[in-house]
Amino acid sequence: MNNLSVDNLLGIKHLKKNDLELIFKTADHFKEVINRPIKKVPSLRDITIANLFFENSTRTKLSFELAEKRLSADIINFSAAQSSVKKGETLIDTANNILSMKVDIIVMRHPNEGAAYFLSKHVDAKIINAGDGAHEHPTQALLDSFSIREKLGTVKGKKIVIIGDILHSRVALSNIYALKLQGAEVKLCGPTTLIPKHITQLGVGYEKSIRKALEWCDVANVLRVQHERMDIKYFPSVREYTQMYGINKELLDSIDKEIVIMHPGPINRGVELTSDVADSKQSIILHQVENGVAIRMAVIYLLAQQINRN
Amino acid sequence: MAKKNLLNEKEIKIILHRLACQLIENHIDFSDTVLIGIQPRGIFLCNRLVKILEEEYGIKNITSGKLDITFYRDDFRRREEPLEANRTVIDFLVDNKNVVFIDDVLYSGRSTRAALTAIQAFGRPANIELLVLIDRRFSRHLPIQPTYKGRQVDVINDELVVVNWKENNEKDAVFLVSN
Repeated sequence: MNNLSVDNLLGIKHLKKNDLELIFKTADHFKEVINRPIKKVPSLRDITIANLFFENSTRTKLSFELAEKRLSADIINFSAAQSSVKKGETLIDTANNILSMKVDIIVMRHPNEGAAYFLSKHVDAKIINAGDGAHEHPTQALLDSFSIREKLGTVKGKKIVIIGDILHSRVALSNIYALKLQGAEVKLCGPTTLIPKHITQLGVGYEKSIRKALEWCDVANVLRVQHERMDIKYFPSVREYTQMYGINKELLDSIDKEIVIMHPGPINRGVELTSDVADSKQSIILHQVENGVAIRMAVIYLLAQQINRN
Repeated sequence: MAKKNLLNEKEIKIILHRLACQLIENHIDFSDTVLIGIQPRGIFLCNRLVKILEEEYGIKNITSGKLDITFYRDDFRRREEPLEANRTVIDFLVDNKNVVFIDDVLYSGRSTRAALTAIQAFGRPANIELLVLIDRRFSRHLPIQPTYKGRQVDVINDELVVVNWKENNEKDAVFLVSN
């Protein structure tokens, strides 16, 4: 099994367990590559990649860009803020115009759920979903699992709690799919207003109390409160959210085991995590960022492998 | 499918000792030399040579590593089967070192070409040599020749040279397999 079972990376939902293992194995090799004095391999010299970001991003965009450069691909970048989208161009038109420039792979972030799927049905290029609305963010879930596997040896059988704004989170959904696929136990924790209805049908539990959730888990993946996506008030005040669901050093130290703290970034310091927790030795937030490059290199490499040049 | 024995265990043993002596002739105490086995099949030969050099010729502290060339190959996306990568283990720099690439069979020379590119990620070696157990003459696609060779064989293109090692097979042997 050296090939992915999918033609595009639209979400974790479409992947099989073997795909995850192949991606992790390939990422292991790329992690070694990016720690060399010269951190670049020539594999994708003849591949062109377009990064289409219809929504703001710092980490993901930089991480994809770096991954593409480390593989020697040619890249073009596109941000909706400075483009013809503002002038009323449709998604397909934008993508097709970019494809006429002979692009092989499109990495896309879009505020609408299903945008990557839609694009994959209409344009002839490999699509990598870099986040579509509150739906999926597959590379983030892959790098989260990769980081857990690196820290704890395996994901199977581990207890993971995802804390915070699950309702607006694409990271949460992709993580649930990825973790369940690998045989982890998953619980969600957060204000009931920010937990989607029927989410437990995906085989995850819910815990209202953060203390109980932390006492139960091996890993806490803490999400950001996405104020920009909140059209109504989901909780009375940020201060109350922090009191109920924020993790501080005192809370962490009162638990009699050492749990791993993760966060996909950007952190609202003082809201979901205090600074001393975010910077503590239990936190693997910066490893997640490093692993993000290796994971994205692996995904791009494996999809590029399917492009036939003969 | 016909299978012809090219080298048996005893012959391989003699060749390995000769290659080790040739390396000593050129590298004396190996202080500025690094031996690099090319993944996947060069590793067995590399380990074997290191063992002989250390145990039978008393050379201490030989630096050796494993180099995977998958990401440097020129046939990415041109093969039927996807390539599978192996581990690279080089925890040192090769700046100003005498590098010896070690592989089991030299055929088209393309793997060696990829290794020449790959090693650049670890610095600028003073020079690079190539040691192979089997040199398939007349089948080169590139102007690459071995510095040290175990046995030179003339093989037509649809024949295959198979090297078995004790470590991954029953015993050391080299076969010529034709369809």
